[in-house]
Amino acid sequence: MTFSPELEAKFARLVTHYPPGRERAALIPMLLFAQDEVGAITPEVVQEISRRLKVSPLEIEEVVSYYSMLHKEPRGRYHFQVCTNISCMLLGGAELFEYLKEKLGIDNHGVTPDGLFSLEEVECIGACSWAPALQVNYDYHHWVTRERLDRLIEDLRKVS
Amino acid sequence: MEELVKLTIDGKQVEVPAGTLVINAAKAAGIEIPAFCYYDGLALQAACRMCLVEVKKAPKLLTACTLVAQPGMVVHTETPAVVEARKAMLEFLLTNHPLDCPVCDKGGECELQDMVFRYGAGESRFLEQKVHTEEKQFSPLVYFDAPRCILCYRCVRICDEGLGVKALGVVHRGVYTEIGPNRGDHLECDECGMCIDICPVGALTSGRYRYKTRPWEMQHVGTICAHCSNGCKTTLGVRNDAIIRANNRDRSGLNGEFLCVKGRFGFDFVEHPERLRTPLVREGGELRPVNWMQAVALVARRFEEIRARGGRIGVIGSNRTTNEENYCLQKFARQVLGTNHIDHHRTGDVVALVDALAGRTGALATTGDLYRTRAALVIAADLAQQQPFLAFQLRANWRHHGLRLYAVTPGPVREEQYAVRSVRCRPGEELAAVEGLAAELKGEPELVILFGDAVKGELVHRLVAFGDSLGIPVKYVCLVDYANSRGAADMGLLPDLLPGYRPVAEAGLERGMALPEILAAPDLDALWVVGANPLKDAPLASTAAFVVVQDLFLTETARRADVVLPAASAYEKTGTFTNVCGEIQQLRKAIDFPGAKTDLEIFGLLARAMRAEIGPANPEKVFEEIRATVPGYNVALPVLAAGGAAPSSPQNGRVPVEWRPELIRSARDTLFRSGTLGRYSQALNSVTEAPGELYRG
Ligand code: SF4
Ligand code: SF4
Ligand code: SF4
Ligand code: FES
Ligand code: FES
Repeated sequence: MTFSPELEAKFARLVTHYPPGRERAALIPMLLFAQDEVGAITPEVVQEISRRLKVSPLEIEEVVSYYSMLHKEPRGRYHFQVCTNISCMLLGGAELFEYLKEKLGIDNHGVTPDGLFSLEEVECIGACSWAPALQVNYDYHHWVTRERLDRLIEDLRKVS
Repeated sequence: MEELVKLTIDGKQVEVPAGTLVINAAKAAGIEIPAFCYYDGLALQAACRMCLVEVKKAPKLLTACTLVAQPGMVVHTETPAVVEARKAMLEFLLTNHPLDCPVCDKGGECELQDMVFRYGAGESRFLEQKVHTEEKQFSPLVYFDAPRCILCYRCVRICDEGLGVKALGVVHRGVYTEIGPNRGDHLECDECGMCIDICPVGALTSGRYRYKTRPWEMQHVGTICAHCSNGCKTTLGVRNDAIIRANNRDRSGLNGEFLCVKGRFGFDFVEHPERLRTPLVREGGELRPVNWMQAVALVARRFEEIRARGGRIGVIGSNRTTNEENYCLQKFARQVLGTNHIDHHRTGDVVALVDALAGRTGALATTGDLYRTRAALVIAADLAQQQPFLAFQLRANWRHHGLRLYAVTPGPVREEQYAVRSVRCRPGEELAAVEGLAAELKGEPELVILFGDAVKGELVHRLVAFGDSLGIPVKYVCLVDYANSRGAADMGLLPDLLPGYRPVAEAGLERGMALPEILAAPDLDALWVVGANPLKDAPLASTAAFVVVQDLFLTETARRADVVLPAASAYEKTGTFTNVCGEIQQLRKAIDFPGAKTDLEIFGLLARAMRAEIGPANPEKVFEEIRATVPGYNVALPVLAAGGAAPSSPQNGRVPVEWRPELIRSARDTLFRSGTLGRYSQALNSVTEAPGELYRG
């Protein structure tokens, strides 16, 4: 399979970060970047990265199945990761998660039929001081309320 | 002189070489520290925490499996704190364990069971739902039951480090963690089953053995694998005259616990439905069952008659009958039938090597040498395919002692994974490529050279001359195919050599016909084939020849026979085999097969019917004669009796025979093939890996 020139440039840079013979250390960032571009860790992505880093498909599966931020199925264009760990839970994170489920009409790990949104309950994302917090793709949202959520979803619908 | 370290374990003074792990130091003192993840010979994992011990002055318990013994160290292995910790670890391991011991294959020989029996708590505080997943079939031979897995990683390490296959991994996380196969939902691998046997619990189970029996209902018979020339010791689990499993968990024998797919699963040819159970005699163009007396009488009468009129009799011996049988067969042929037209399918040029090494001792490498040598050179052989144990041995040497391996092969081989130098060459140009390595090889302190059937005749002499030119100690292994290929040559199943590579002239005989010449002789009067299938590859020219075949199955050759005598397999007899490295080992009879007789018994019956004297048809008596008369076979009997391997040591002058390289041909059996026996093994036929396509990682 082929990647975009931007991704290729990233990969080329990435492998130079590690000592010769240790290129396999680039596995996790490579997977993340490829997932961002392709939308999921597809069998083709696995094959391609396996070939480039000389890491077996089974070793890639070990990594992909271990880390929850790597996924084999495509997610929505906007992936909501709602923290329900202690600080966020105390400040209403769990309720926000329930609210989102209802509003988007999907369950944990679900994707909306239009492919726009997906939802995931996550553990602490390191934003406890600004709880309740959630992440949409790589962007953080702090002190989240229902109203803010409504507005956010509306805005995201508009831009797409 | 090795540096020694003194320490105290449970009050005992222990002295061990520097660098020894505390777990092994304790073992040396007769103290067993429990361990799941630690495994002799594999990388350290420190995953299970069963081996925690108390060390004086250490603030907390330490893992004995990673702790290197230090001078003056004071270790306690069974204090209340240690026992408490082990109990806690076991409670933790059992939180997700199904405790289905009553139906688990491993029940009775399970390390988890043993540990819980020793330390376990009577009750569990775990109230949550256990994670259950269904059992998975990784391959026809390997099953996986995730809930029983205690994540010791032994299977992952043996497959990766031991075999170089790397077919198992650890997937998912936390309580969902399990072992995963390399092809998503199934395995594509060597199918050796090493992972099954090394598993301390019943998580990996054998497709052949599962749910068949309880371990304590079997008898365990230590014998030698019937398949390839490597001569692995195997322990057969036998119940009611049936072999239920094969493994070598007690690590006895030269192979430790190694067995390849053939040794571990391929024993089932013995019970193939087409196995011959009664003698057959051709009547009116068809083979019909008769009793033993009739069949033996007929063969004796025809042999006598042909001998009396000076007819030509050809004898083709076997690569898989015992030394005793081979010895008797050549004796029978030469002394009773008066023929020297005797041969076997030669799979490597052992004769040329013995000749080239004339007068030297200790120039033949043993399997032990392969594990210890500092450097080795493999020529024209795909070891992982054709010599599985030798491949394992070299790889273990590389992992443990940094073996420097050189490989000169026409195609890709697994050894390239770690070889310091691998050279591809066109078939036939191997030796030239080897000679190109002279400068590098001269820098090695010693060398073992293993060569396949591409190096034969004059080339063997050229190779030994090359070895001599290096100026370092060099030992050799001439690779051959089958369980007793080496013994067939040693015992004189050759038209120009008596047992022990003595020229036939010594017995006042002239060189007889070799195998292809026997088959091509238009005037052959009789052909006697014992445990071989020569007509699979070439026709028999003489249409009038009286053909007698001793075998397990109705092979292509047996179909042409006038009399077929059902023979016992290696697992149904006692005797000795000589492996590829010239090590002699003893077979022990595991089962009886109704209707079949050992080839030795058959020779005895025939001799009696012909009123000929070839000595008692008793393996021990024959071996005594071999020890007394065959150079190199005067080995210590207690070594054999104790299940050990005794190196034979042919010490000869030159072997003055004509070089016949065209007679040497390896069958190039792959990991999943093994001549006639392999054809009748359902286990070997069940695997889906393409034959000859070895998974190379
Ligand atoms: S190669 Fe052997 S150890 Fe590896 S998975 Fe296959 S059967 Fe198990
Ligand atoms: S399957 Fe067996 S050997 Fe492999 S990790 Fe689990 S318990 Fe250990
Ligand atoms: S390596 Fe050869 S002797 Fe050993 S188990 Fe396999 S077939 Fe049998
Ligand atoms: S608990 Fe939610 S960000 Fe830390
Ligand atoms: S044996 Fe030491 S941690 Fe497993």
